[in-house]
Amino acid sequence: MSLASDHAVETPSGTSVEQTEIAGRSLTQIAWTRLRRDKVAMTSLGLVLLVIFLAAAAPVVTRIVGVHPTDFYPKTVSDAGGLPIGKWGGISLDHPLGVEPSTGYDIFARLLYGSRISLLIAFSGTLITLVLGVTVGIIAGYSRGFLDTTLGRLMDIILAFPLLLILLALSAPLAQRLEALGLSPDASRVAFIILVLSFFGWPYLARIVRGQVLSLREREFVESAVSMGAGTSRILFREILPNLWAPILVYATLLLPTYIAAEASLSFLGVGLLPPTPSWGAMLAESVRYFTVLPSFLFIPGMYLFIVVLCFNLLGDAVRDALDPRAGRS
Amino acid sequence: MTVVDESGTSEVLRRDDALLRVDQVQKYFPITGGGVLKRKVGDVKAVESISFDIVPGETLGIVGESGCGKSTAGRTVTKLLDPTGGTIEFEGRDITHLSRKEMVPLRREMQMIFQDPYSSLNPRHTVGAIISAPFKVQGVKPARGVQAEVQDLMARVGLNPEHFNRYPNEFSGGQRQRIGIARAIALRPKLIVCDEPVSALDVSIQAQVVNLLEDLQDEFRLAYIFIAHDLSVVRHISDRIAVMYLGRIMETAASEKIYSSPRHPYTHALTSAVPLPDPRTERARERILLEGDLPSPIDPPSGCVFRTRCPKAQQRCADEVPLLRELAPGHFGACHFPEEKHLLTA
Repeated sequence: MSLASDHAVETPSGTSVEQTEIAGRSLTQIAWTRLRRDKVAMTSLGLVLLVIFLAAAAPVVTRIVGVHPTDFYPKTVSDAGGLPIGKWGGISLDHPLGVEPSTGYDIFARLLYGSRISLLIAFSGTLITLVLGVTVGIIAGYSRGFLDTTLGRLMDIILAFPLLLILLALSAPLAQRLEALGLSPDASRVAFIILVLSFFGWPYLARIVRGQVLSLREREFVESAVSMGAGTSRILFREILPNLWAPILVYATLLLPTYIAAEASLSFLGVGLLPPTPSWGAMLAESVRYFTVLPSFLFIPGMYLFIVVLCFNLLGDAVRDALDPRAGRS
Repeated sequence: MTVVDESGTSEVLRRDDALLRVDQVQKYFPITGGGVLKRKVGDVKAVESISFDIVPGETLGIVGESGCGKSTAGRTVTKLLDPTGGTIEFEGRDITHLSRKEMVPLRREMQMIFQDPYSSLNPRHTVGAIISAPFKVQGVKPARGVQAEVQDLMARVGLNPEHFNRYPNEFSGGQRQRIGIARAIALRPKLIVCDEPVSALDVSIQAQVVNLLEDLQDEFRLAYIFIAHDLSVVRHISDRIAVMYLGRIMETAASEKIYSSPRHPYTHALTSAVPLPDPRTERARERILLEGDLPSPIDPPSGCVFRTRCPKAQQRCADEVPLLRELAPGHFGACHFPEEKHLLTA
């Protein structure tokens, strides 16, 4: 059998017309095409992008509406009892989502400014978690042996800490330490939450990554890199890491809503930011006191938080399905 | 030239111009017990003292059933696995104890083609990136640039050079194996270990890939270690064949000798299992059916490891390890009771 005929058999008649029609598609492109067909995912993605845009453009948006998050609007609340004047917590053209009781803060402005803090904490916390988790996971999975065992025990120890207790117990002293380093009170509290969330969050990801690396390192393309004389860093970051993007991306999209909710819970418990800095959790904590007389005050921030977290979660599920269609919904 | 090997027991073929010389190489994988202290409780004796040499342009076929240690042997002699005993020489240089770093320059000379064309190519890299990886890793800068070189290689192995931007998932099994071959020959190595390069392919594609390997061998004077379990494929491509069983070489001889006059009962059984194209001779011929399974390489049988399944086994086979000795010129076998010559008439 000649070589020329081999070529004809195996290459599906490689004419130039066909090549322009069938462009090379990477696995990422295939996943993106699949994601685009998912209506729920695209709606969620749209809402998520809208929330991010509103947060980023909060100063501009609030100025257009004509409100400010830390301005009092005393005329909107009644003198007796401090409840908002008007239906649905004082919803009006001036205050599209109403005002807070007693202070008269504008809820719309405070929601947007609060989302800036939430998203800042969620995104930076996720980023730090990813860097820590992926680095430790790859090293543990590839090295196996003693280093793997040591890192595994370290993760076990971290996971054994009662996260909430530590957050509550350490928030004041640690925030003070950070303030002593020259951070503003708000910044030091934000930094504290980011550090604690990511410090206790990375072991979960590290375990997932480690498991993936354990299976990937046995694939023949890794052995092929070794047989070419590739060094460990090339094998880890050029051969193995690109194959980890799928689980990392899925984990990140599911981690973001967790951290958003965590930040709200912490602020609710009083660990978060100090008033008058707007925050979702603090708003919810405040609204609980007024629930019997003013349910809309709990409903509006609660609903916003709920929708944001739900959209991130749905998007995360869709990303997972798009990257690995065989896994199915669970 | 036949000499007695280093341990002074077995006889092996020795050629002065050998590219790779393997002497009594052994690979044990330790089995550790559970618990914190990782106590060693035994060894999987994957490769037990194998010796052979290979000269430039030659093909050594290694055959044997699954689990006989042929893949481990291929990886050990190229130092992808560290041998637990014996010596390996490449171009006269002892490479047995070189570290992974010290091996890097030598990796240009020895490459590998893998069995599974789906797992041996990184799914996240384009074909161009995969074939150019050897250049990048070894810091080789071709005069005409890496891309031109990569496209030449693709054309040489029968791929469309314009497809260098595509990903492995867009190619068939046979095409993927060609990508693997292009990667292996990129740096013009002297030795390529082919670990079952065609066993994952359709029969029609197998012939194409084997022919491609043969053409490349003629063109670049490559030496192949061709590992396979399919005897007819190995027969076609190999100059010499080594038959392995449970980590040991049972018989080694020129390719045709192995088929025309096998001397070891195991080889005899293997060759008798190859189907014949003519149904009449196929029906008439004598087949030797082996009973039982491969014994455990953790606790191999005493004496001759094949004795538990050998139709000719006697007491001596359990007491005494049969050593490789020259039964006919260039024909070595490890058996106390070798088959007589010209016994098989197929």
